[in-house]
Amino acid sequence: MAKYLLKRIFYLFLTLFLIASITFFLMKLMPGTPLNNQAKLSPQQIKIIYEHYGLNKPVWQQYISYIVDAAHGNFGLSYQFSDQPVSYLISSRIGPSLQLGAQAIIVGVFFGIIVGSLSAIRKNTWIDGASTFISILGISIPSFVLAILLQYYLGLKLQWFPIADWGGFSYTVLPTLALAASPFAETSRFVRTEMVDVLGSDYIELAKAKGLSRTGIVWHHALRNSLIPLVTVIGPLAAAIMTGSMVVENIFSVPGIGEQFVKSILVNDYPTIMGVTMLYSALLCAILLLTDIVYGIIDPRIRISGNEG
Amino acid sequence: MENADENILEVKNLTIDFHTYAGTVKAIRDVSFHLKKGETLAIVGESGSGKTVTTKTIMGLLANNAEVVEGTVKYHGKNVLEMSEKELENMRGKDIAEIFQDPMTSLDPTMRIGRQIAEPLQIHKGYSREKANKQALEMLKLVGITNAEERINDYPHQFSGGMRQRIVIAIALVCYPEILIADEPTTALDVTIQAQILDLMKELQEKISTSIIFITHDLGVVAGMADRVAVMYAGKIVEYGTVDEIFYNPQHPYTWGLLNSMPTLDTRKGKLESIPGTPPDLLDPPTGDPFAARNPYAMKIDEQKEPPFFKVSDTHYAATWLLHPDAPHVDPPDAIKHRQEVYAERLKKGTINLGHIHSTGKTSFGADNDDAIGE
Ligand SMILES: Nc1ncnc2c1ncn2[C@@H]1O[C@H](COP(=O)(O)OP(=O)(O)OP(=O)(O)O)[C@@H](O)[C@H]1O
Ligand SMILES: [Mg+2]
Repeated sequence: MAKYLLKRIFYLFLTLFLIASITFFLMKLMPGTPLNNQAKLSPQQIKIIYEHYGLNKPVWQQYISYIVDAAHGNFGLSYQFSDQPVSYLISSRIGPSLQLGAQAIIVGVFFGIIVGSLSAIRKNTWIDGASTFISILGISIPSFVLAILLQYYLGLKLQWFPIADWGGFSYTVLPTLALAASPFAETSRFVRTEMVDVLGSDYIELAKAKGLSRTGIVWHHALRNSLIPLVTVIGPLAAAIMTGSMVVENIFSVPGIGEQFVKSILVNDYPTIMGVTMLYSALLCAILLLTDIVYGIIDPRIRISGNEG
Repeated sequence: MENADENILEVKNLTIDFHTYAGTVKAIRDVSFHLKKGETLAIVGESGSGKTVTTKTIMGLLANNAEVVEGTVKYHGKNVLEMSEKELENMRGKDIAEIFQDPMTSLDPTMRIGRQIAEPLQIHKGYSREKANKQALEMLKLVGITNAEERINDYPHQFSGGMRQRIVIAIALVCYPEILIADEPTTALDVTIQAQILDLMKELQEKISTSIIFITHDLGVVAGMADRVAVMYAGKIVEYGTVDEIFYNPQHPYTWGLLNSMPTLDTRKGKLESIPGTPPDLLDPPTGDPFAARNPYAMKIDEQKEPPFFKVSDTHYAATWLLHPDAPHVDPPDAIKHRQEVYAERLKKGTINLGHIHSTGKTSFGADNDDAIGE
């Protein structure tokens, strides 16, 4: 198990290294420069600014110093926010993003499990049809469209929740809902498929033959068996939330990382873009590794083979 | 006092259709049989003959698209087909238990086996978790799992196929059910394990005095196991009788075919004579005897009219026109003729006890001496 873990962690860092390299060179290929009003600057000024940020050096030198710094958790200074270190920008803005992400995952997965299970238990009834319809909506409506709809109806029209900004819990409701739609839909589809499979299996037939009631079968056998594999999709769900958060945070003016990320792209703030990309990548890799470990712990079949291997 | 001869289970004129997109599958057609206390009834037939559907009907576990067109399934006089879901749940696992063909998939992969064995006790007897676990441990020892104290907390994948079938048997028998339905319990196991599981079932049958409905497509395992045999073909029972009668005085050409395709010591390594042809399409069963198309002894009437049951003895009936008084005499295959001769001889000597039920399952012709008599 320890050997397996070490191997996985090695691959994690290798992945992050590759992502760092790829984003670095992609960035260099992006049109435009950080100085969007270059016309007003004299060549002399531009030269000074380039030297200040190390942009005058050959690309390979920039690359090496970037990688070395990144390995130390230093992503340089932001171009747009008056020379604040990127690491400081991120740490001061990660709170709201993490809170929204966590809330969205919990809400989405929780209701996804309920709707998906009901759908499977009542397969081919109107309940199944209705939840399939809702899930397809959840998958196909982009989160920013949903965000705007929520903002308009629940915020502006009904005035149940604040339209935007960041204050107490009530400010988190609409962005959480907008972000939760996709994990909800994915979870409910996934759980439905798994549960339909499980309910048709021999051991459920044996549970029936034992005299278990319908609810007994769902609680004692079907749920656990269909939820264990759900752990494997938590990673992709988290990734979906991260991408969703960039736009949704912007719409609701949440002072999170996503909002900052979008701004940084607009103004070619290289260090911030790369810092946030690396943060998202690292988070995602960590979640994937974690879910694999958790899966191994909760699934008895894997638990054993992991010990042997 | 309970009458020892009472039929604890009585299936009468059972007729079941399945509604599918392709049409109506006439899976079970007018099936009747009964089960007495302590006996083992084997139901034998090729794949698709309706054996599993029959067992599902008894358990009240028919698929949604099934329709009971006619018939009753009476357990101690109460019709299972009219029971409420609650009554069925009470009956399943407590009065009638079932084990399935594939032990690799019959157990919940994420639940410790001890809990799986204890579950029926908690549902049906209201045992506390502790008490149920204790009894589960006893059961686990009873089915021959070594080191039961430690293994009770293991998961199914930590056991071999044979061990898993023992665990499934433990689950089925933990409430001491009156009837155990075993639907091809050894088909998925290799031959040596098969014998062990069959021995275990017989041993436990005696210990907890349960009746067994033993489903199989292999007559070979029936000899040492069953008291009586019902032969099924295309959704119908075509012949039934005591195990001796079916093995040594078979009357239906389909039973002849089954017996000839049974592996014996001589033929085990060689080629088996399987019955040529395939069973009829149950979406559109033929008129007349459904076996006619594959029957070398078929007569004209076989294609026109379904044969009724003809009585061979008080316990032995066969649905074939060959038994009609006006039918011409036919010679069965040599091997069958040989069986019948041995049988007639024993009958004369009085070593066969016609119609007597041996609760232990051992009959005067066991599986052991079968090879001596066989071809
Ligand atoms: N739910 C169902 N819908 C439609 N047809 C069904 C259904 N269940 C069973 N059948 C049909 O009923 C017939 C009898 O099936 P059954 O499973 O009882 O056969 P079997 O004798 O148990 O065969 P095997 O030895 O393969 O287990 C088959 O033709 C099968 O296709
Ligand atoms: Mg079957």
